[in-house]
Amino acid sequence: MNKIKRRKRTEKIFLWASRLLSWSTILILVVLMAHILIEGTHYLSAGFLNNFPSRFAAKAGMKAGIWGSFWLMVMTTLISVPVGIASALFLEEYGIKGKIGKIIEVNVSNLAGVPSIVYGLLGLTVFVRYADFDRSLLSGALTLSLLILPVIIVASREAIKAVPNTIRYAAYALGAHKHQVIFGHVLPVALAGILTGVILALSRAIGETAPLIIIGALAYVSFTPESPMDEFSVMPIQIYNWAGRPKAEFHQLAASGIIVLLCLMLTMNLIAVIIRHKSSKRMNL
Amino acid sequence: MNRNLQTKCIGFGIKFLLGACASFTVATTIGIVVVLFSETSEFFSQVPLFDFLFGLSWEPLLEPKSFGVLPLVSGTLLIMLGSGLIAIPIGLLTAVYLSEYAKHRTRAFIKPILEILAGIPTIVYGYFALTFITPMLKQIIPSIDVFNALSGAIVVGIMILPMVSSLCDDAFSGVPKSLKMGGYALGATSFEVICQIIMPASASRILAAFILALSRAIGETMAVTLAAGATPHFTLNPLESIQTMTAYIVQVSLGDTPAGGIEYLTCFAVASLLFFITLVMNILGQRIIHGIGKKGGQNS
Repeated sequence: MNKIKRRKRTEKIFLWASRLLSWSTILILVVLMAHILIEGTHYLSAGFLNNFPSRFAAKAGMKAGIWGSFWLMVMTTLISVPVGIASALFLEEYGIKGKIGKIIEVNVSNLAGVPSIVYGLLGLTVFVRYADFDRSLLSGALTLSLLILPVIIVASREAIKAVPNTIRYAAYALGAHKHQVIFGHVLPVALAGILTGVILALSRAIGETAPLIIIGALAYVSFTPESPMDEFSVMPIQIYNWAGRPKAEFHQLAASGIIVLLCLMLTMNLIAVIIRHKSSKRMNL
Repeated sequence: MNRNLQTKCIGFGIKFLLGACASFTVATTIGIVVVLFSETSEFFSQVPLFDFLFGLSWEPLLEPKSFGVLPLVSGTLLIMLGSGLIAIPIGLLTAVYLSEYAKHRTRAFIKPILEILAGIPTIVYGYFALTFITPMLKQIIPSIDVFNALSGAIVVGIMILPMVSSLCDDAFSGVPKSLKMGGYALGATSFEVICQIIMPASASRILAAFILALSRAIGETMAVTLAAGATPHFTLNPLESIQTMTAYIVQVSLGDTPAGGIEYLTCFAVASLLFFITLVMNILGQRIIHGIGKKGGQNS
C-alpha cells in the first residue's frame, strides 16, 4: 500500500514538473516581449522610421536599415525562390532514384546545418572578392540566397510530395508529357504550400545578421540604396550596432528597432498562415 | 510526329535546367570546402598546426601574436554546455508533457509558442541577454562580469529549446502505441511508462536531438557576440567574459583587416574548425535518426 502511494507521489511530482517547465516557455516569451515593448516604445515614432542613423539617440532612425532590408529581401527572393523550387521539382519528380539525386539530398540536409557565419565567409571570398561585387546588395542577396536555399528546397519538397498521385496519373492519361504534368498540374497544386515555406524562409533571412556583417554590410549608411550594386545596411545590423553601445538610450533605440523588425516578421508569418488556411479550404472542396 | 519531337526536346531541356538548379546546392558545398581549405592551408603555411590546436593563448590582433585556438574552443564549449544544461531538461520535459500529458488544446497552444521562440532572430536574443538577463544575474551574483558566458549560455539555451522539444516530440511519436499500452496494462503509472518504456525505446533519437541542438548552439553567433564578450580566456568559469569561435570571426570582420593578412586568415582557420565540428555532429545526428528509421521500417 505504502509503495503505491510513493509511486503515485512520484507520478504527481513528475507531472507537475513537466507541466511547469512547458508553461515556462510561455513565461519566457511574455517576459521577452514585455521587456522589448517597455524599452522600445520611447523612441518609436514616425521620425524613427524616416531618419538615418545619428550620433544622437533622439535623432536616430533606421530608414537606411528598413530600405536595405527591403531591397535585400526582394533580391534574395528573386534569386533563391526560382532556384529552390526548381531544385525541389527535380529532386521530387526526376532525380530521387538516381545516385545524383541521393547525393544532392544528403547534401541539402547537411547544408541546412552549416552555421550561417560560414556562409558569410563563403560570400566574402566568392562574391565580394573573387566576383568583385564588392560590399553591394548583390553580394548580400547572393549570400543569403545560398543560406536559405536548403530551407526552401525542404519546404517545397514537402509541398510537392503532398500533391496526390491521382492528379499526375490523370494528366498522363490525357497524353501529357512529364514536363507538362509538372508545370501544368503538380506545381499549381503545390504552389500554396511552397509559398508558405518560402515566406517562412524569408522571415528567417530578414533577421539574419552574422553573414551580412562578414561580407561587410555597414552600420552607418545615410542613404537608401538605388541599385543592386550599392552599399547597404539592414535592420538587424542597426540593432546590433545600437545594442553594442554602452549608453542606455541606444539600448532603447535597439529595442525600437527590434519592435519594427518583429512586426515585419509577424506580418510575413501572418501572410503564410492565411495562405495555408485558404489553400487547405480549397483542397477540401 | 514533328510536334511530338519538339515537346520531347523541351522536356529534356527542362529536365536539364531543373537539374542544373539542383546542382547549385552541391556547388555551394564544394564552394564552402574549397574556400575554407585554401585559406586555411595558407594560414598553416605561416602558423604550425600544433601551435594552433594546442596553444593556450589567442592573441592574433596584438603583438606578440599567438595563435592557440583553445581559448576560443573553451569559450564555445562553455556556451554549448551551459545552453545544453538549460535546453535539454526543459526541452525534453516539454516534449514529454506535450506528447503524453497535455490535452489537445494545451498542445495547440504551446506548440506555436515554441515555434515563435524558434523564429525570433538571434540578434534579439543577444539584446535580451545584454539588457535583461545580465542585469538580473548581476543582482544575484554581484561579482559577475558585464559580458559573461552565463548570460550568453542562457539565451542560447532558450534559442535551441524549441529544437530539442520538437525533435524529442518526433522521437516519442515514433514509439509504437502497443508498447505504451502494454506498460499501462501492467499497471504502470505514466511516469513509469515514460521512463522505462518510451525513453529507452526512443533513446537514440533523443540523443540525436541533443547532438543536433548542441551543434546549433556551437554555430550561434550574434547572441554570444553581444552577451558573452570579446576576451578569449582559457577558462571554464561561466561568470567571466569569454569569446567564442563565431564571435571572433565577427570581431575581425568589424575591424579593418586587410585581405590576405594573417588576421584575415585566422578567420578561415577558426571557421574551418567550426565547420568541421558542426559537420561531424550533424552527420552523426542524422545517421542516428536515419538508421533508426530504417530499422523500424524493417520491423513493421
